[in-house]
Amino acid sequence: MNEELKKESEAQKLTVTVSPHIWQGESTRQIMLWVIGALLPVTFYALWVFKFHALMVIALSIFTCVVTEGVYQKMMKLPVTIGDFSAVLTGLLLALILPPLVPWWIVVIGGFVAIMLGKQVFGGLGYNIFNPALVGRVVLVLSWPQHLAKDWYLPLVSKAGFKLLGVATKLDAITSATPLYAMKQMREGLLSGIKPAYFYKALLLSNPGGCIGEVSALLLLIGAAVLLAKRIIDWRIPLCYLGTVVVFTLILKGDVIFYLLAGGLILGAFFMATDYVTSCITRKGKIIYGVGLGFITVLLRFYSGLPEAVMISILVMNCWVPLIDKYTRPKVFGVTKSA
Amino acid sequence: MKIFKGGTHPPGYKEATAEKSIKEISLPSEIIIPLTQHIGAPNQPLVSSGDKVKAGQKIGETDSFVSAPIHSSVSGEIKAIESRSHCMSRGALSVVIIPDEKQKAEKTKIDDKSPDLDKIKEIVREAGIVGLGGAAFPTHVKLSPPKEKPVDTVIINGCECESYLTCDYRQMIEQSDDLIDGTTLIMKILRAKRAYIGIENNKPKAIKHLQEKLEDFDDIKIVVLPTKYPQGAEKLLIKVVLGREVPSGGLPMDVGVVVQNVGTTIAISNAVRHGTPLVERVITVSGSAIKKPKNLRVKIGTPIEHIIKECGGFSKDPIKVIMGGPMTGFAQYDLAIPIIKGTSGILALTGKELSLDPLNQTACIRCARCINNCPIGLMPNNYALYGAIGDWDTMESFNVMDCIECGTCSFVCPARIPHIQYIRLGKSRIMEKCKS
Repeated sequence: MNEELKKESEAQKLTVTVSPHIWQGESTRQIMLWVIGALLPVTFYALWVFKFHALMVIALSIFTCVVTEGVYQKMMKLPVTIGDFSAVLTGLLLALILPPLVPWWIVVIGGFVAIMLGKQVFGGLGYNIFNPALVGRVVLVLSWPQHLAKDWYLPLVSKAGFKLLGVATKLDAITSATPLYAMKQMREGLLSGIKPAYFYKALLLSNPGGCIGEVSALLLLIGAAVLLAKRIIDWRIPLCYLGTVVVFTLILKGDVIFYLLAGGLILGAFFMATDYVTSCITRKGKIIYGVGLGFITVLLRFYSGLPEAVMISILVMNCWVPLIDKYTRPKVFGVTKSA
Repeated sequence: MKIFKGGTHPPGYKEATAEKSIKEISLPSEIIIPLTQHIGAPNQPLVSSGDKVKAGQKIGETDSFVSAPIHSSVSGEIKAIESRSHCMSRGALSVVIIPDEKQKAEKTKIDDKSPDLDKIKEIVREAGIVGLGGAAFPTHVKLSPPKEKPVDTVIINGCECESYLTCDYRQMIEQSDDLIDGTTLIMKILRAKRAYIGIENNKPKAIKHLQEKLEDFDDIKIVVLPTKYPQGAEKLLIKVVLGREVPSGGLPMDVGVVVQNVGTTIAISNAVRHGTPLVERVITVSGSAIKKPKNLRVKIGTPIEHIIKECGGFSKDPIKVIMGGPMTGFAQYDLAIPIIKGTSGILALTGKELSLDPLNQTACIRCARCINNCPIGLMPNNYALYGAIGDWDTMESFNVMDCIECGTCSFVCPARIPHIQYIRLGKSRIMEKCKS
């Protein structure tokens, strides 16, 4: 071969891979960015409502998650994958399910636990059984219940809160609590005179008495609508989850609108139960998973000492995912049942 | 409209060549004809180095039933019979021919104007016809179903669901008479009652043209299908057109159907009416790195580089050169590789439309897109999972043998996992196990 030809063949080094050779163009990173983007409306509104505190919690949570993942992967000589933005999403989700006034060190511990115990010990992205952000939160709830249950910005069920809602109340002093907690106290006879309908508007538009991400159900729904339209999340899980909650709440004669909007249900149903890694992979499985979530959530809300049930429901159903997937394999073309 | 489950919609990229009529090209200085061009037993050479051959002369043959002979596509002198680079393997025994100036063709005499059925089948085999859609399965085998499996319906596959390719589309427009004649021949051989020509609705011109041509035919009908990949996969096409489901591990003839590609049908007509063996075919040359994309009629054995030169060369450096369509074709490492009977196109691709970038591959995030889009109802995520640890038994239990390797799973995968790699590896390991 002469020099010229050699040069030419050098210039035309061809890549050889298995087919297919074209690609739809949406990467793991882009999916993560879409989910993060869908959470931005509620995040920015929370910053406006809760001011500096929320900013500290959100920034610190994301920072801790990313640093934990990067440092761990460097230490273990693994490829560093913080560029896929999954750690950023975990950090953001964790912040959104924390009360706005938690101290900084709680956030740091939560972020570290979420990434280490929730994700990396299982082998990193794609291998974890439980939703990492929820693992972070559950450890915090069990370890520092006083902070997780009381660091609200402005308890809605208080004098100031009711003034904000424009509801006249004769109640003098009410323990600081979330609307969901207040309803629980109502059922237990510890509280009286509060109607769930008082909270509709606040829960939908601007709820200062809850976790950072629970500040506005409407803004969460807008983000969720984008993800559904982009087909990034499958409608089966949130629809079956919320549908089951509606059915069982009706059976137990609860206020449906209140129980749909209150607590972390909207955030959980659209943004955490739909986490690809920890939810069912088959279509039939997603339906079973969603129904299971709804059932457990209502059960815990009405019959347990826990004021909030969404987090536990998702973690419980995460355990069932491999089993559900195993028994809900799609029908294979040309394979008949008898075969 | 009739539709199959799953599938995807890759960008068509067909505009570049759709309205360009089929052109002939000049002869290359060297024709390389591999003796392995089809599924089945490879051929043995019938000629030796230094021999003079005529165009259409048989140069490779075997006794095996599942095989097809190979003919010289040019007249000239045989330079060598040696191993050369091959588009689907590292190397294959090939007959290298230097074409002469005159180009004398060997014409088979057509003494029988209406040959009987066995004679037609013999002609199809002798003409070396194989499936021109890409799989290159010997056609006479498809036309010889056992007695207990009667075929009542013939489907002509005009879907051309792969992006870029327009060669079948052009042939449907430019060679519609041959296509219809070939269809009636196939129906005659199989004693089939009717035929359908399946065409996707992104080819309205071809649909209209053929509908006009078929006005007087009661037993051949056009079926217009919604555009969706991989509609051209035999099993899915049968399901969409007839509602019949080919059983797992079975063949179309198990449900009374034979599917033939447009190009193959035309080749059958040419062989029976004019005695022309399969020595040339229509291909599409396209892709963002090709200066002048074209539809060309090329001699089997023409090297890629000659064809690309005829299309004005590269406009920029290609990252990949592919033989076949972008979803199922084979990436080439050497431009001296010749086209074979199953080559439907040559694509030179650059830029971000390319998949499988090993630098950007992430772990599977269980997004379920591969499952939701798999037209066969498989769970391709498991093949990457179990393939990576060599658990072939579990792969088999997840029906890997039913995979049609359409590539949809990798096309939609955000983690850019090479599913087809794991699937082919698993299939070959499972077959080895079955043999031993």
